[in-house]
Amino acid sequence: MTEHILRMSGITKTFPGVKALQDVNLAVRRGEIHAICGENGAGKSTLMKVLSGVYPHGQYDGEITFEGRRCEFGGIRDSEHAGIVIIHQELALCPQLSIAENIYLGNERATRGVIDWNRTNYEAGELLKRVGLRENPTTTVSDIGVGKQQLVEIAKALSKEVKLLILDEPTAALNDEDSAHLLDLLRGLRDEGITCVIISHKLNEVIAIADSVTILRDGRTIETLDMAAGDVSEDRIISGMVGRALDNRFPPRTPAIGEEAFRIEDWTVYSPSQPGRKVVDGASLTLRRGEIVGLAGLMGAGRTELAMSVFGRTYGVHISGRIFKDGRPIEIRTVQDAIRHGVAYATEDRKRYGLNLIEDIKRNISAAWLKGLSRRGWVNEYEEYRVAQQFRASMNIKAPDVDSVVGKLSGGNQQKVVLSKWILTEPDVLILDEPTRGIDVGAKYEIYMIINRLAEQGKAVLVISSELPELLGLCDRIYTLSEGRVTGEVPREEATQERLMYLMTKGQESLA
Amino acid sequence: MSSITPADIEVGAKNGGGAPGRPGRVSLGGLSLNLRSSGIYIAFALIIALFSVLTDGALLQPQNISNIIVQNSYILILAIGMILIIIAGHIDLSVGSVVAVTGALAAVLMVNMGVPWPLALLITLVAGALIGAWQGYWIAYFGIPAFIVTLAGMLLFRALTLTVLGNQGIGPFPDQVRTLANGFTNGWLGNIGLGPLGGADLFSLLIGIVAIAGMVLAQWRSRSARKGYGQAVDSLALFALKMAAGAALILFLVVQLARFKNLPWVLVLLAVLVLGYSLMANRTVFGRQIYAIGGNLQAAVMSGVKVKSVVFWIFVNMGVLSAIAGVIFAGRLNQAGPTAGNSFELDAIAAAFIGGAAVQGGVGKVVGAITGGLIMAVINNGMSLIGSPSERVMLVKGAVLLAAVAFDVWTKRRAGTAR
Repeated sequence: MTEHILRMSGITKTFPGVKALQDVNLAVRRGEIHAICGENGAGKSTLMKVLSGVYPHGQYDGEITFEGRRCEFGGIRDSEHAGIVIIHQELALCPQLSIAENIYLGNERATRGVIDWNRTNYEAGELLKRVGLRENPTTTVSDIGVGKQQLVEIAKALSKEVKLLILDEPTAALNDEDSAHLLDLLRGLRDEGITCVIISHKLNEVIAIADSVTILRDGRTIETLDMAAGDVSEDRIISGMVGRALDNRFPPRTPAIGEEAFRIEDWTVYSPSQPGRKVVDGASLTLRRGEIVGLAGLMGAGRTELAMSVFGRTYGVHISGRIFKDGRPIEIRTVQDAIRHGVAYATEDRKRYGLNLIEDIKRNISAAWLKGLSRRGWVNEYEEYRVAQQFRASMNIKAPDVDSVVGKLSGGNQQKVVLSKWILTEPDVLILDEPTRGIDVGAKYEIYMIINRLAEQGKAVLVISSELPELLGLCDRIYTLSEGRVTGEVPREEATQERLMYLMTKGQESLA
Repeated sequence: MSSITPADIEVGAKNGGGAPGRPGRVSLGGLSLNLRSSGIYIAFALIIALFSVLTDGALLQPQNISNIIVQNSYILILAIGMILIIIAGHIDLSVGSVVAVTGALAAVLMVNMGVPWPLALLITLVAGALIGAWQGYWIAYFGIPAFIVTLAGMLLFRALTLTVLGNQGIGPFPDQVRTLANGFTNGWLGNIGLGPLGGADLFSLLIGIVAIAGMVLAQWRSRSARKGYGQAVDSLALFALKMAAGAALILFLVVQLARFKNLPWVLVLLAVLVLGYSLMANRTVFGRQIYAIGGNLQAAVMSGVKVKSVVFWIFVNMGVLSAIAGVIFAGRLNQAGPTAGNSFELDAIAAAFIGGAAVQGGVGKVVGAITGGLIMAVINNGMSLIGSPSERVMLVKGAVLLAAVAFDVWTKRRAGTAR
């Protein structure tokens, strides 16, 4: 079976300032399960969005051939019409509608505009049997668990007479039992002749289910491995994912590490949306003065959730655990508490959580420290301006003046505004979540210099990053997080990408 | 190229502005204008000019200016509270009913129960605060959208008004309250002749001169301070030009009022409120936090803003301002009636949006809302002077509201800030 159902060749996709995909090739054989592996940001999701028409023809370079025909999809409707269905990581179901209504949403079983409910529910029931979901088609989607919702998504895809099914991290939010069931289902679909492309971080699952694996790294195709040829191990895949030379993209620094500054112990956080699911599970971390500590973990490992729950409980419910600052126990119940105790958190999603995009630079910088810039409730605007000017110079924020609106700045300059805002609060502990996401290489170097400077000033810095080379180049010590648990603590000397990736992909059961 | 004509501005706007990379900005001979923030004032000037011509100057006659201010004072007071709520990304539909119920309460206290008017006024303001606290609680702490809470409030407080009044008006009010609502400052210093303009009240003129002096002094100090901190400031010539224009505007207004019957008390009150709330919005931590919440709620939370408390207090504030408007409205009619304040909320909301507030929140100015309210007031007044039927007035006001918001959306889309 060497016939290729899908061939993508020379795919290049550029976002302003970033080349997300560069000359990527992907060939999928008919009737196989084809896994795509790569680090966060390697370009997997972008590639799938190109394929499914989310980025329509013309917005990328390269050629897509599906079922022997050249395709130029103008949108998702076109790709679905051709038989390509993508199931995203965040499920796209309407929680208030029934299973059957969701399955036929936009594809209603209707005659002359009037929905035939008997036919809808009957056919939905047949589809549910195919995916092995024993639920009444009239059940409301919000009443069933995430695992079953995933099956509804697949049933919905089947209703569209899918030829190529793409699943983006299908098991990321599932427990072991649901995951196993889903993988069985995919095998069954393969036997029915449906081709699957699966994006997954869980390498043991990839090994178990895939017929071939394509590895992406930094927006390029690295290799395609044929699992039937045998001898493809997790380590083999990992080395493909990370095999990248470390050059001197990082400013030099001599660490001067002092006393313990911040410690969290036995930190446990539950998901606010899925009752009973632990997002962070008994995590303990220690940060010392002048030290840059990394926190590595794949998507969904709970890195941001851990940071936000520590930062004034801005994420999660039923949070338990202890926090120590300079060896003394402290309570951080609100963001104000965190700021008062000298803890700062620069978010990974600066547009959503970090900045007021319609406001100017100076007011964004002062936003978390208005108390320090005011007397009896009155803001000293001149001082605010002076401080903002100072940051504009010291952080090299490229803008005509501090009255410029933040929404018009580039990603790198926006990030510098976020960092300025938190440095202004004079923190002892800084948690920087993906500080270089969506930033070009030159600006990254500047951000690294800023981080080094903070450490030199004796602050404790925790850097959360998806880019392992970044952590290796920057950090004195790296914690790995997998499924909410700290799975390792690696000092700089012993840290390699392979070692970290091994710890990051380690499941809970293999730890026990 | 020292004069700016509307045609120039339109051409400039269509070409994407004179300065490259700054859409919505027009540059003319060194004068740079931000269309989005100053468009409203240009529009106001044009509307005044239009109606001055249409009414043969009657619009700017002393008595008419006085009328416009006194007749619309309560809407303008409501607009001040409303703009803060809209900046924070909320809305208040209940203000008309709150005006009615606080007016009724004041009437019951002053007229039926004979409570001394200062005490009754105080009790009414506290009641307004409590009403605001009630709504603020449901919105901020219980998490019900303001649209729903205040829609319920609109019904609840109207019902309460009818209950309190027993379906009939209560009056008349004590003289002091009527003076506050309808009256003028005393001619303490007598009249002074202004040549061809005739006699004018000296006290009012002195107040006007003090106001001009205060404005120039404050602006000058701010300019010096900004220079001291190394900020860019307007050139001395431009500064002088701006001050002269401001002074001329105040002087014209005061002279016209002084020629009629001195300063209306509500104008004094309004001036204090506008000044106070403008300073509050721009210079205080609380004011800044309102903008932060409306600009990006999540980012405000992550910056340590006590969002719930801020939202609660802006509704308390709205309640107090509604109570002030309630007393003034009842005092002006000399009676608290069951239909008082009908559709005031719509006028206040329209004033805020015409005055440049953004539908998504985060943008707006107190002065803008006042200007928006005055634009509607001038349209109302001007059209009735030329004898337009009320349905046509309504038609024009609706069109102006739509046009103002469409302009805002249009400039925002061109600026492309919402990436």
